[in-house]
Amino acid sequence: MKILIVGGGTGGTILANHLSRRLGSEIRAGKVELTLLSASDRHMYQPGLLYVAFGQMTPDQLYRDEASLLEPEVDFHVDPVDKFQLDQNHVVTKGGKSYAYDILVIATGSRIVPEEVPGLSEGAETFYTEESAVRLHKRLMEFQGGTVAMVVSIPHKCPVAPVEAMFMLHDFFKSRGIRDKVTLRYQYPTNRVHATANVARWAKPEFDKAGIEYETLFNLKSVDPVKKIVYSEEGTEVKYDLLIAVPPHRGMEIIEQNHLDQGGWIPTDRFKLTMNGRDNVYVIGDATNIPVSKTGSAAHFESEVLAANIVARIKTGTDSPVREYDGKVYCFIEAGFDRATYNAFDYVNLPDLKPPSKPIHWFKVAYNQMYWTSVRGLL
Amino acid sequence: MAENKVVDACNTFCPGPLMELITYMKQASVGDTLELLSTDEGSAADIPEWIYKVGHEVISNEKMDGIWHIKVRKTK
Repeated sequence: MKILIVGGGTGGTILANHLSRRLGSEIRAGKVELTLLSASDRHMYQPGLLYVAFGQMTPDQLYRDEASLLEPEVDFHVDPVDKFQLDQNHVVTKGGKSYAYDILVIATGSRIVPEEVPGLSEGAETFYTEESAVRLHKRLMEFQGGTVAMVVSIPHKCPVAPVEAMFMLHDFFKSRGIRDKVTLRYQYPTNRVHATANVARWAKPEFDKAGIEYETLFNLKSVDPVKKIVYSEEGTEVKYDLLIAVPPHRGMEIIEQNHLDQGGWIPTDRFKLTMNGRDNVYVIGDATNIPVSKTGSAAHFESEVLAANIVARIKTGTDSPVREYDGKVYCFIEAGFDRATYNAFDYVNLPDLKPPSKPIHWFKVAYNQMYWTSVRGLL
Repeated sequence: MAENKVVDACNTFCPGPLMELITYMKQASVGDTLELLSTDEGSAADIPEWIYKVGHEVISNEKMDGIWHIKVRKTK
């Protein structure tokens, strides 16, 4: 039995480690081969980028060698896939190697595509890459006063990130002693300050308390980096001195080039995690079109479900899933530099936000380190 | 030729039905219709509010067996 995982992010790495532990004896006996292909030899803790933007982490703290995170039985190669030949059950890598599989898991993630919005790359800062987070930090340190505007594109990774960034901007400028010289403006695509009603119900009075101005039904259309104006699809505009954008996201190019997608995302069964029309191809994490948050948390819980189903398939010959993904997601929400709450929900249960507290913030800070245990499949 | 697409956003809370619709609307061509399925009671008002503000068209908005079926057309 050959299991091939494509993608060494949160979902792919946790899955590989779970499978390795559960199938260790089968792997050592040569009955199972477990291979992980990744585009990089480094693994990034992406939520840390927000802390880099505010000077609370440095980029080097966000990385570990991927090989150091994997169980020794995982056959790991830095050799990204070039061609998915699903009808023949094999892939061809950029390095020219061919890998056959019985079970394929696609965990290729997503990418930012600021170029889809005219003027965005030139006019806005962001915190979705190492380089951009460092640049944003420098801009924030140099900022002496004026309007800082946040705009949010759809779809995007980590739906609570824009809310967190606003609270952190408030505390950042307070700590610099210039909050009274800064106008914070938040523009959001839906008709509330967050797409999830309960998050919006909590965040709106918190924004009011912090003096954060907001405009809803603002879908980003274009940016004029010379005039420093951002325009919405709805016909409104906002003048800014510093623009921070949550850029639009898409699935990885390789998925589109192999025509596995619809609009950049792979059509996936939201319970079984199978690619539509394929019984031996699974998709987890950002790469899917499942209507849940694009977060490491979703990838984490999906990988646990998928590991149980693959193990059952191999050990007991059970073709039907022994577990279904229930839409579970758990995300911390920073409410500034020293308070946080969390957003936990699934396909049935609505998020029910608790008042922010210092212990939850400390838990989040601890989780920034605990992630390395989590991604090893131990937590 | 205009396409019709069903967007199943039942039992989703984050990012939620309106975000799902906006995502698919961006991918659609002018003239395409999208039918959003939602179990969120707020969708019946939220979706038309956004559609009217942007200038697209609501074709129908009805609840059947506990699911809102909101059909819209991309007009620009």
